[in-house]
Amino acid sequence: MSALDRLTRPGPLRAALGFGLGALVLLVVAPATLSQFRLDLLAKYLCFGIVAVGIGLAWGRGGMLTLGQGVYFGIGAYAMAMHLKLAQTPPGELPDFMQLYGEVTELPLWWQPFRQASVAVPATVLLPMLVAFVLGQAVFRRRIKGPYFAILSQALAAAMAILIVGQQGTTGGTNGLTDITSFFGYDLGDPVNRTTVYVVVAVCLLGCLAVARQLMQSRYGELLVAVRDAPERVRFLGYDPANVQTFAYTVAAGMAGLAGAMFVCAVQAINPASIDIVPSIAFVIGVAVGGRATLLGPALGAIGVAWLTTAASEALADRWTYIQGGLFILVVAFLPNGLASLPRVVGDAVRRRPAEVTS
Amino acid sequence: MSRQSTRRTALTALAATVALTLAACGAKSGETSTATTAAATADTTGGTVKVGLLNSLSGTMAISEVTVRDSLLLAVEQINASGGVLGKKIEPVSEDGASDWPTFAEKAQKLISVDKVAATFGGWTSASRKQMLPVFEKNKALLFYPVQYEGLEASPYIFYTGATTNQQIIPALDYLKGEGKKTLFLVGSDYVFPRTANKEIRAYAEANGMTVVDEQYKPLGNTEFSAIVDKIKSSKPDAVFNTLNGDSNVAFWKQYKSVGLEAATTPVMSVSIAEEEAKAIGPQYLSGQLVAWNYYMTTDTPKNKEFVAAYKAKYGEDKPTSDPMEAAYVSVFLWKAMVEKAGSFDVEKVKAAADGITFDAPEGLVTVDGSNQHIAKTARIGKIGDDGTITEVWNSGKPIEPDPFLKTYDWAAGLS
Repeated sequence: MSALDRLTRPGPLRAALGFGLGALVLLVVAPATLSQFRLDLLAKYLCFGIVAVGIGLAWGRGGMLTLGQGVYFGIGAYAMAMHLKLAQTPPGELPDFMQLYGEVTELPLWWQPFRQASVAVPATVLLPMLVAFVLGQAVFRRRIKGPYFAILSQALAAAMAILIVGQQGTTGGTNGLTDITSFFGYDLGDPVNRTTVYVVVAVCLLGCLAVARQLMQSRYGELLVAVRDAPERVRFLGYDPANVQTFAYTVAAGMAGLAGAMFVCAVQAINPASIDIVPSIAFVIGVAVGGRATLLGPALGAIGVAWLTTAASEALADRWTYIQGGLFILVVAFLPNGLASLPRVVGDAVRRRPAEVTS
Repeated sequence: MSRQSTRRTALTALAATVALTLAACGAKSGETSTATTAAATADTTGGTVKVGLLNSLSGTMAISEVTVRDSLLLAVEQINASGGVLGKKIEPVSEDGASDWPTFAEKAQKLISVDKVAATFGGWTSASRKQMLPVFEKNKALLFYPVQYEGLEASPYIFYTGATTNQQIIPALDYLKGEGKKTLFLVGSDYVFPRTANKEIRAYAEANGMTVVDEQYKPLGNTEFSAIVDKIKSSKPDAVFNTLNGDSNVAFWKQYKSVGLEAATTPVMSVSIAEEEAKAIGPQYLSGQLVAWNYYMTTDTPKNKEFVAAYKAKYGEDKPTSDPMEAAYVSVFLWKAMVEKAGSFDVEKVKAAADGITFDAPEGLVTVDGSNQHIAKTARIGKIGDDGTITEVWNSGKPIEPDPFLKTYDWAAGLS
């Protein structure tokens, strides 16, 4: 086998090469070529990419159409935002919005733990995972699946957004937590620190991709696909499909939480509109456009859709939504497995043509 | 695949990442000595000066914000026709906030750092303003915000050309008090403006011998009001104070009428229904009801006749003008006057020149208060007619000085 063959065949070597290439683009090429403004935007897109990696695992591989990743994204985001908000508030004072709305005179009890970075930072990932684990056990044990699961996950996103909006005095209501100026003591207005945030986000995305790949390649990954396609057979083989599903769902929630925390650092604000039903569905659209069952498809799809949204709305402020809608229709109609399936679809079409000629 | 090789891949990958991260950080920190910090500098070198128009052109807020954008464009066109600002033509750059608050922050940053605009005009919801505020403060760039809002804010880089609460809500309450209304029922959309406004209304009521019988909220866009109108019917308040926003109003008013409530017995004071909304809800539901603003299409000033005629000539005979549109229109002229007084587009010089700037606006004379960057404006209570037009039934007689933190009202002491 020649060296080139080994590099282009599926396998660990190609994966390492691809990973290195991705790291090179994200960590060297992008910061060197993009302006600070575009780099900040890319950081935001990469956050959506992280959520998408998790959805690819849960939905693409596990068949769980989760329309409510905003919940976990939101928990991670609010946990991080609460910590950063407390960290920049002078000791003994309340965060700005609490003073403004004046509904509370002292910091609510449930805010207290987030004062410590050692609690808040792990919580951005662990809290979503805990919620997802409990919910997953409750739902998958009862063999709730398909549209019923999708509706349930979506209702949860709506409920969480409404809850936050209603508690204006302690959550910031619709305005959310805004004006986050520092990131563990570093001024977020400084371009160097913003680039650092970008690099952290990019490394998180690469890390999540590595985790997802290892899971997909493992025996667990095979089992997850088996549960998606034939849960009863898996049950007869002696595995519990509920546990298999819960695990993927929990990992996806952890990634969404991490993405939320990173989103706060990149965008410097979080509000209920960013974790509601609409963004939750937007995450899934990105995954569908990219190709849900592949490793890179979801992340590239989410990043691509977010980028296109910005580019189209800058070019055509009046009519960009038509472009976006048109793209979704085209992809769903002609590439049901997403853009990741484009090479295969084109390949098939090319291979079919001679056959048609001879017949 | 063997366990060994996957582990090796993972390790290699991790090592590569760490190495590249360090490389990237190193490269960046080396650059910083030459990198300039992000301070907004408007590009005024050419024959034109750019300004940003940042409104939701898509999404739920588009119906309202597109009219503001149109109004801003009219102002720009008129200023350009009369020679521009400091001899430069204004070149508007329009961006879509897409009814999505982080998008407002993103586009604001784009207007500042890519287009290098001298000032930005736009925003509607409080959430969009709160999201943009740090962007403008961080870049030391100017935002003109044209919508009435809940007060309790005075950013050094925002000019608020809509009413703050003491120019809209409090005059509305004064009016109801003058009409002998003693019991109030509060209904609003569940977000910051109604919740904050209702807190102020409660404090006002307590200090003025009025009672709030109930306070009800519905999420934005919710259309189920039968329980609320039943409560209004059974609690028989003297008046209803309505801070509902957007689509919810259509459902609220239909259901209000369907249970037999009427303007004559249970009047409703609304603070988010202007001409455009009245048209959409249907005048048959609104006839005889009250609204509080600073401007109506029917406001009787010579300037307003010109404004309405110019707007209709540009956008069509059937297009109404409304308070936020007028405030947006005024904001461009105020900025022009500030720039000309300062003799410069420089943000700090423009800010310094702002105090005392006056403009003979369609709503009457307005004056910029440099201390809080709001404007003094006349409060007007209007009554909706059978055809959906609003006619003034009361006004404050003279412009009311802006007091965003309600410092001059004793009863508001505990509010902020």
